[in-house]
Amino acid sequence: MTQEKPPAISFHDLTLGYDRHPAVHHITGEVDRGDLLALVGPNGAGKSTLLKGIVGQLKPLSGSLSLDGLKRNDIAYLPQQIDIDRSFPITVFDAVSMGLWREIGTWRGLDRGLNLAVLEALATLGLQDLGQRSVGALSGGQFQRVLFARLLLQDAAIILLDEPFRAVDTKTVEDLLRLISRWHGEGRTVIAALHDLDQVREHFPKTLLLAREVVAWGPTKQVLTPKKLVKSRQLTEAWDEHAEICERGEAGTERISV
Amino acid sequence: MIHALIDPFVEFAFMRRALVGCFALSLGAPPVGVFLVLRRLSLMGDAMSHAILPGAAIGFLVAGLSVPAMSLGGFIAGIAVVLLAGLVTRSTILREDASLAAFYLVSLALGVLIVSMKGSSIDLLHVLFGTVLALDDTALILIAAIATLTMATLAMIYRPLVLECFDPSFLASVSPLSSPTHFLFLVLVVMNLVGGFQALGTLMVVGIMLLPAITARFWAQDISNMIIVAVGAAFAASFIGLLLSYYANLPTGPAIILTSGAGYLISMLIGTQGGLLWQLMPRKHLEA
Repeated sequence: MTQEKPPAISFHDLTLGYDRHPAVHHITGEVDRGDLLALVGPNGAGKSTLLKGIVGQLKPLSGSLSLDGLKRNDIAYLPQQIDIDRSFPITVFDAVSMGLWREIGTWRGLDRGLNLAVLEALATLGLQDLGQRSVGALSGGQFQRVLFARLLLQDAAIILLDEPFRAVDTKTVEDLLRLISRWHGEGRTVIAALHDLDQVREHFPKTLLLAREVVAWGPTKQVLTPKKLVKSRQLTEAWDEHAEICERGEAGTERISV
Repeated sequence: MIHALIDPFVEFAFMRRALVGCFALSLGAPPVGVFLVLRRLSLMGDAMSHAILPGAAIGFLVAGLSVPAMSLGGFIAGIAVVLLAGLVTRSTILREDASLAAFYLVSLALGVLIVSMKGSSIDLLHVLFGTVLALDDTALILIAAIATLTMATLAMIYRPLVLECFDPSFLASVSPLSSPTHFLFLVLVVMNLVGGFQALGTLMVVGIMLLPAITARFWAQDISNMIIVAVGAAFAASFIGLLLSYYANLPTGPAIILTSGAGYLISMLIGTQGGLLWQLMPRKHLEA
């Protein structure tokens, strides 16, 4: 926003989608450095798509996104659990230590310092006794703690969380929210896709309300009004999957060509 | 007793060569199989083993029963099918398993047809089921070289490969190695199938790759241990299978694969990781 603090992420009329079908479109705006931003919207609003776009797993169909010189490794991304093979034979310690990828890469082993860092991350998430347990033997809450321990080790400037509290017990949610607050305090930029609006109101200063496009974006109190929430639901439901060409192009912006 | 176990190998060179060939195969193929199993691609391994057939058959057509020609042909055909199946999956509505199934069925028919154009049914049997008791030097060297290359490559791509199986989106978010790792791994699959088909034939080589890996799942809860168990199981199956075929006068390839299959059945029953017996027994829990 200010000159000495450039935005962490800026969207310029960004459209993202799959197989040329847009899932979110015409996103314009900036995420400031150190923002703690909740991404809210009905199912199918494009929250996950937007996060995948930021991480670079989806290329823009049109428009662009800039990350202010940050690289892939400066972003930590927690996808929805569904992408992870929970039955894979790997220990909690090994799974968490992958958060050190930036340090160890493909070949390097863990030296004593890094080993300690892993143990510390495990302890921070209350996993100190489960290090040698197989991830398949963990409960949903414990597994989410494993993923957060890995995020912690990634030590990233931008942290993206996709529905991080789904199917997680309340005690774990509290602990994880505390960790998120700590990241916020350390000046990291955190964006989380969430469903629980009370949680968002209590813990997230800013909110982006999404329904295939930006419905509202700003201080949480001003965004999560009943009127805007209704609008977001209507917009998502009215979405036409078979629309061929986006009719809403503004002057100077690219249209989606099919 | 000891003599019964060792004598066939002391006495006959062809038994020694078979043992060396199978051991070399057991070093490379089962670890690759472990990753196939963990990536839920077991059936793809099966499909790939059929896919190399027409290539090997063309090699046979050109040069007869020549190890280098048939291996090169098989390798090229295998890689071509991997690439084509990937291409079809990306550009049409077919999922990868369906397009692989289509390719391998066509490949199998084509391969049998090509071999029959020139060779006898004995040649066909050789290509389909291998001749582990007639491994020549070239074949042994090829199998050993492939095992060496496989272990070196696996060591190189081990970490990204593990991540690609366990949490592919995480790998994609921290590193651009996702696609190269996947492709290199498929090359390893094809290479090991090609190496093994001299011994066990195109149809059965996938057995020495997958059965020990599936067996190992019942004994290890960590992937590195799983690889060690899989290699051990393949060694045991090779040794016992060769002896069985020697004493009971059974065809060698099937004897090895069936021994491996028996190992799988036993492990399924008594394996410590999710074996049937352990699941049926009431277990005392630890004190909280």
